[in-house]
Formats: sequence, C-alpha cells, structure tokens
Amino acid sequence: MSEEKNDRLESSNGDVSRRQFLKGLGGGIAVTGVLATATETETEAHPAPEPASASAVQRLRGKVRVRLNINGQEMTALVEPRTTLLNTLRDHLDLTGAKKVCDRGSCGCCTVLVNDKPVYSCMMLAVDAQGKKITTVEGLGTPEKMSPVQEAFVEHDALMCGFCTPGFVVSCTALLQKNRNPSLEDVKKACSGNVCRCGTYPHIFEAALAAAKKMRGA
Amino acid sequence: MHAIQYAAPRTLQDALEILQEYGAKARILAGGTDLIVQAGTGARSVDVIVDGKRIPELMHLAFDPADGLTIGAAVPCCRIYEDPQISRRYPGLADAVSIIGGMAIQGRASVGGNLCNASPAADSVPALIAYRATALIVGPKGEREVPVERFCTAPGRTVLGEDELLLSLHLPTPPPRSGAAYLRFIPRNEMDIAEVGVGVSLTLDEQGTISGARIALAAVAPTPLFVPEAGDSLAGSAPTEESFRRAAQIARDASRPINDIRGTIEHRKHLVGVLTRRALERALERARQAG
Repeated sequence: MSEEKNDRLESSNGDVSRRQFLKGLGGGIAVTGVLATATETETEAHPAPEPASASAVQRLRGKVRVRLNINGQEMTALVEPRTTLLNTLRDHLDLTGAKKVCDRGSCGCCTVLVNDKPVYSCMMLAVDAQGKKITTVEGLGTPEKMSPVQEAFVEHDALMCGFCTPGFVVSCTALLQKNRNPSLEDVKKACSGNVCRCGTYPHIFEAALAAAKKMRGA
Repeated sequence: MHAIQYAAPRTLQDALEILQEYGAKARILAGGTDLIVQAGTGARSVDVIVDGKRIPELMHLAFDPADGLTIGAAVPCCRIYEDPQISRRYPGLADAVSIIGGMAIQGRASVGGNLCNASPAADSVPALIAYRATALIVGPKGEREVPVERFCTAPGRTVLGEDELLLSLHLPTPPPRSGAAYLRFIPRNEMDIAEVGVGVSLTLDEQGTISGARIALAAVAPTPLFVPEAGDSLAGSAPTEESFRRAAQIARDASRPINDIRGTIEHRKHLVGVLTRRALERALERARQAG
C-alpha cells in the first residue's frame, strides 16, 4: 500500500500537492502501525464456517483482516473489531472521499452506499460491512468521467468549501437510483441527513433535480 | 481505549451464552447508530459487541391480521415504512420511524434498538405504547413479555437483565375504526432530538363515539411517559374539540419536563398540549378513513 502511495507521489512530476504529501505521510504512519502490531493476534474476519457447538461462536479480537467489496473491487484491511467503516476507508484503504466530521451520525459527510442504500460509514463497523456492496463517492465517477450527479454539482455551483459535497453527492445518487423523477420535497428528504455549513442547499437541490432530468434524457 | 471484541452469533442460544459470560459488558448491536457512538466515545463501557443481525428471529418482520405485527428487535426502521401493508395498518408507527434521523439512519437504526437505548426522547416508543405494544424478552430462564410502557426504567436503563435480550416487539392488530399518529417538535427541520413527542391512538364505535384512546409522550420525563388517564378521559366521549382539549390538558399536567438545550419546561408543557390535540385530530381522521 505504501509503495502504491509513493508511486503516486513520484508520478506527480515533482509537483507534490499538500494533499498528496499528507497522504504519503499518512501511509507511512499506517505502515509503521501495522508493523508494530504484526505480532498481535490476527483473526480472519471472513464469514467462518458454521460453528459445530453453541460455544464455538467466533469472537473477533485484536487485529482482524476484513475483506470488503468497495467500488467493485475486493479490498482487505487489518483493523480492530471496533474500527468503523469510515476509519477503514480513510486510514487503511486511502479512500478519503467520505469525510470524517462529526463521527457520530449528525452531519452526513461520511455517507456511502451499502447495498445501494445511504449509510453513515461512521456508524457501521468494518467487520459488519463484509459481504456487502459498498460504494464511496470515488466509485461514482472520476474527475475525467463524472457521474450525472457529480457533473450537475459542478454545473450548478452546488458547493462552497466542498467538505460536505461527497456526502450530498452520495445521498442524491441514492435517491436518483430509486426515484428517477423526484420532487423538490423528495430531494430535501433524501438530503435531510446531510449538513452544509456554507448553506449551499438551494444549489444542491437544483443540481439533484437537474441530474434527474439529465438521467431521464429529458 | 480498551479493546472491544465482536461476535456475530447465528442463533439466539449462542447470543445468550455470550451475554451470560460477559454480563453488562456485552451489548447487542442492531443498527449501531447509538451503540457505535457510545462505545467509541466511552459513554458505554463495552467489552463485546454482539451483532444480532444474523439471528433470524431478530430480523423477522411479519404482519398477520389475526396475530398483529411482529418486529424483530434488529429490524431497521426503513423496512417498516417501506412495507405498504404495515405502514397502512400502523400509520402512527410509520410516522415515528420515518422521522428518526435521516435516510442514512433509518436504513440501519432499529425500533428495538430505539427502545433498548432507553432515551426519554426516543421517537418510536410513544407510538409503540399507543399501539399497546409488548416487548418479548428472552433469557436463560426462558421468555417473558413486558408492556412497552414499563420497559424503560430511567434514562439509558431498561428492565432487561444482564443475561437477557429483546427478541421482538408485538403490536396487536388495531380494532376496526382505529387511527393513530405520532407528532414531534424539534428545533430544526430534521435530524434533531425531540423537544416533545406525542403518540396517540383512538378507536371509534359504530356511532362515532370514542370507545378507547391511548396517549404517550416523549422527552417530558426520565422515561417515555404513558398517560393512561388522558386517553381514558376520551372513552365514551364524542371526538370534539372540547374532549380533545381536555385530554391534552391532562397530558400536559402529567408531563414533568426539564429545562435543557432544546427547550424550557414551560415551552415543553405548552407543546404537549398542542401536539396532543393535533395528534388526536390526525388519529381521528385516520380512524374515520379506516372505516
């Protein structure tokens, strides 16, 4: 993982951005952490075979190898049973699109899709996310090939500081996957668990409605 | 920060064995929207998180006109309002579960967890009480049933023994010509904790007189508050503005709120009166539609 990150740092033509620098640094720390704890108990958290006796229920403790299906890819990470999906994404898998803001299910910045439903990744354990289809904002599109919702957010200037944006994009995407012709009220309801401190709600709602229209081919 | 273990038993028996071993240091995980925050911040000291979502009985949701509604303790809120039959039969419960947090909460958070968390402001609990719900508890000595209004004993505390877990909630089928509603006041438009919540149910006889009613309140006492005398005052009365006002006044008098960040005692008492009256009006409308 660290090699990949270092590759990324080097491939940026010497023009290392602050974000890339910090990410590279974070990777280094993470690797040190893993090495230091490699001697601790490591449990395989993949669904265990049915226990033969009642008392044979597996208890996950120490470091746990979790296997996650994220954005169509199988990924693994060594985490504690208590580690949230959000911390796993950000600190172990270099997926920092989901933002850590309140870490207690109030702001919506960490929203991801779990089996196509919006979920706060700060309120879900990584061990509990195994076997489910997880989509983060990175899985919706790329700067070169944006999803209709992402494109609409750009076109409608639906952000100021941008920190809440991934959560809103994911929540709007979840709505449009279910409802191709939402009303303004539907959009407001879908976004009710996301907070924007800059107050860009009107543009966010416009963007969601425009994306819906575009997706319908209207 | 001490280590926390995780277990995902597939049978009730396995879950109960873990509870027996760890006592109060084991907590059942359903949606996790309270537990993961409480364990993370140290508000609750947890040694083992016991994931209940792989136990079939805890994920069971079924309605049968003869038996009523059974909600497994870990069934998420969204499964209730997404079921057209259940939300039509139990509109007061659908009211409550569709305003708990936002969509990302409702996809995970369970009604059983809302009850076991024992917050005085829990939105689903007054609705459950209005529907005469009972909690089915299972432990090493077998099963027992507790009316939901007696389930919470103090903020964060319940009648559950350390070796017991909530299996399911059972709501009887509402009689004909019944309606129910849950209304809540919060300082924001959404994603907030109730300043006051009111759950009501009422049943009309064939002449349109109220034959019975139940009223329960959120966030105005240390536990969700059932006010039987408020509902009983309506029995035998016509559903008029006057009888609704009288019931609302009784509910208001029974409430014993505190001042906190979300509101004052005075404002909360005022809200109990207003919301009780409005919830009764909505329940009446629904009872008449139910025919």
